[in-house]
Amino acid sequence: MAAQFSSSAILSAIPGPEDIIRRELPNGITVLVRENFNAQSVVLTGSLVAGAVFESPEKQGLVGFATSSLMRGTKNREFTQIHEELEGVGANLRIGGGMHEVSFGGKSLGEDLPLLMDILSDALRYPSFPEGQVERLRGEILTGLKIRLQNTRYMASRQFARMIYPPEHPYHRFADGEFERIKSMTIEDLRGFHQRQFGPLGMIVVVVGNVKADDAVALVGQFFGDWANPGQQPHPTLPPVNSPAEVSYASVVIPGKSQSDIVLGVPGPSRYADDFQAARLANNVLGVFGMMGRLGKNVREEKGLAYYSYSQLEGGPGPGAWRVIAGVDPSSVKLAVEGIKVELDRMLNEPVSADDLEDNKMNLVGSLPLQLESNEGVAGSIYNMEYYGLGLDYLRRYADTMNTLQASQLQEAMRRYWSTDAFALAIAGPELEGPVL
Amino acid sequence: MEKITRHELSNGMVILLKEVHSAPVISWWVMYRVGSRNEPTGKTGISHWVEHMMFKGTDEFPAGSLDRLVDRVGGTWNAHTFLDHTAYYETMPADQIDLALRIEADRMINAHFDPDETESERTVIISERQGSENSPSFWLDEEIHAAAFRVHPYHHQIIGDMTDLKSMTRDDLYGHYRQNYMPNNAIGVMVGAFDTEEMLAKIRALYEGIPAGQLPREFHREEPEQRGERRVMVEREGNASFVTLAYRAPAASHEDWFKLAALDSILGGPSGPGGGNIGSKTSRLYKALVEKELAVSTSGGISMTIDPYLYTIDATLRDGRTHEEVQVALDAEISRLHEELVSEVELAKAKKQARAAFAYSNEGVTGQAFWLAYSEHIESYRLFGEYPERLQAVTAEDIQEVARKYLQPSRRTVGWFIPIESNGAEGEDE
Repeated sequence: MAAQFSSSAILSAIPGPEDIIRRELPNGITVLVRENFNAQSVVLTGSLVAGAVFESPEKQGLVGFATSSLMRGTKNREFTQIHEELEGVGANLRIGGGMHEVSFGGKSLGEDLPLLMDILSDALRYPSFPEGQVERLRGEILTGLKIRLQNTRYMASRQFARMIYPPEHPYHRFADGEFERIKSMTIEDLRGFHQRQFGPLGMIVVVVGNVKADDAVALVGQFFGDWANPGQQPHPTLPPVNSPAEVSYASVVIPGKSQSDIVLGVPGPSRYADDFQAARLANNVLGVFGMMGRLGKNVREEKGLAYYSYSQLEGGPGPGAWRVIAGVDPSSVKLAVEGIKVELDRMLNEPVSADDLEDNKMNLVGSLPLQLESNEGVAGSIYNMEYYGLGLDYLRRYADTMNTLQASQLQEAMRRYWSTDAFALAIAGPELEGPVL
Repeated sequence: MEKITRHELSNGMVILLKEVHSAPVISWWVMYRVGSRNEPTGKTGISHWVEHMMFKGTDEFPAGSLDRLVDRVGGTWNAHTFLDHTAYYETMPADQIDLALRIEADRMINAHFDPDETESERTVIISERQGSENSPSFWLDEEIHAAAFRVHPYHHQIIGDMTDLKSMTRDDLYGHYRQNYMPNNAIGVMVGAFDTEEMLAKIRALYEGIPAGQLPREFHREEPEQRGERRVMVEREGNASFVTLAYRAPAASHEDWFKLAALDSILGGPSGPGGGNIGSKTSRLYKALVEKELAVSTSGGISMTIDPYLYTIDATLRDGRTHEEVQVALDAEISRLHEELVSEVELAKAKKQARAAFAYSNEGVTGQAFWLAYSEHIESYRLFGEYPERLQAVTAEDIQEVARKYLQPSRRTVGWFIPIESNGAEGEDE
């Protein structure tokens, strides 16, 4: 039986080329809108080509700091005014710095979209980096970093990134920065990054909800149509990332913790890789389907070792991590790692059964209506179709894409990225007794 | 708000149905009127553990088969345990909802509680608790509840005390299940793309045959009046400090509850259904603590509960600030509420925010079904629809009245998390 959308009602609820309005503005901005008058709200999401890949290693954390400063004051509004205007109508707007882009997202009642767009434009185009606000923000970031040093899952993930990506690669560093570098960053650094990298080229704006498509496109034109930044840099070429040659292990000891967090993995495929869909389906079998897949069954259900044990395939613009994550009692770390390796070996050495293959295809296809129930879900899907150039009919074709995949392709994808003789293992938690491998 | 119909089956199960045809999905919730509120010492955490055992199989759906069946059709399902309830849900593509109805009808009475599965789940639940223990704020929260409630079962965490998680038996769990899982102790709510008449017939066919049971004698220990401030200090490894003020608050059914909810919106930022979608950078606490660089974040929290519970105010201290400084600033904000009426501008903002938040909370079938079940359990399903209106009715004088009545030092527990040195706590890096 092939995976397919189970009714015409479901197929017609999936966004496609006929009900997504797409416009390119002359300055390089792409606007996509889908109307939904069943909702009172409207959702705004999108990104600029300006992420941590554009910052130098010695300025690690710059994009996060600069981006968080944008809503602290602009040439037209002070901090209080920005937030009074938003919160006064029950709206919200967030702007965040990521690895490859600066992303934004907001929500309001349909009638307040002009205000949301106005403030977004103000923050992205005219930030003033007021000194008092920047210093306050610096203190908040530093306290946040200190709190994260106590977070076992965060610390294991950070250590893991340092192990699988070479020091010259931006993925080696976490985009949220480090203590001493945040301390020494100046307002000129923040302003400089904004001037260099913020611009309309490659900007994506998606609007979904209670608004007429033409009105939404006109609003983007009104607030961003005359934006230009001739100096804006294109996306840099990233250094190569090699698969690990051997097993490496590192632990981060955080005294006083009750549980150890395990991150075990490899660099995975980018979203553009030919085998991405095969890898996604393999990952679903390994650590997602049916309460965390085979990993959940082995480590949680059968052995009772963990509350969570799952796998995650990042699949962004570059070779993001493909990793297994588990939280276990410190005395059970060795057993859990053994269980994880057993399931990886099975995926590498045995083709997935026909039943497993069908279940997982049906799961990925069948869960689309739920993902697309909310304005946020629809906006996120439209954004991904545009960002990765998948085509606006991507979701409509999704069942066909899945149905072409064979068990052998899943196994090949596993073998291309994984080996139980070569991976990185990072563990954060209390001091462990005895070996873990 | 679209029409909601309420039905009571012949076995006492309450059913609420609301058609929403904006997307081809349906959510089905079954909420049982049992939670950590009903647990005696020695069996703390039993409601939550029983919730886990409900995923461990029946004759019709053996262990493991349910995860597969739900995921295979693209559905999602989960459960949670709260102070006053335990709730299960499936949200499915509309044409797959029959599976959800069958699952919940079956496990209402047929769950196995296999002894081996029970033991395996013991370590999973202990691991869940250990994961929470990794967060410093968990320890503070646990101590605050233990101090604020000496008698009432709200004194323990929903996950339970470690000693009970180690000692409870399969028979304890099965007994709790048999005593509490019955149609006359359950509320079923469906929201989504269906026809009410047709769906009610399906529900009757599956659920009406389940016999009503003898309702458990309610385990009830009323908390005596608090006379005097209580203080708890938690000193553990960490590198951030926290202050929490927990004031004794009325039950959701009390006329003062909505007045306190309005107070919370002004003091800590929007709360209630959908409130999490809105920021709180214009709240009084943010202005007084974050803008004054005493804290990096603040929040207020009030829950709709069956019995009187807590109104909490939390602050995460900015590095280098002291607990005493933050305490003084928080007390000044409380005094301001005692002494001055809140402004009409602040009140109008809280009311507009409540309207927007309510609109957001009505956009997903899963959230709507949950809030309807929750409201029905607390009072009536109408409570959810009336939330914005009830907030509209609150005046500045009402807020001053409840501030003076409830936000008194003699009615509160003050908690400080004091970090002690940890090797992982340095501002280290490459």
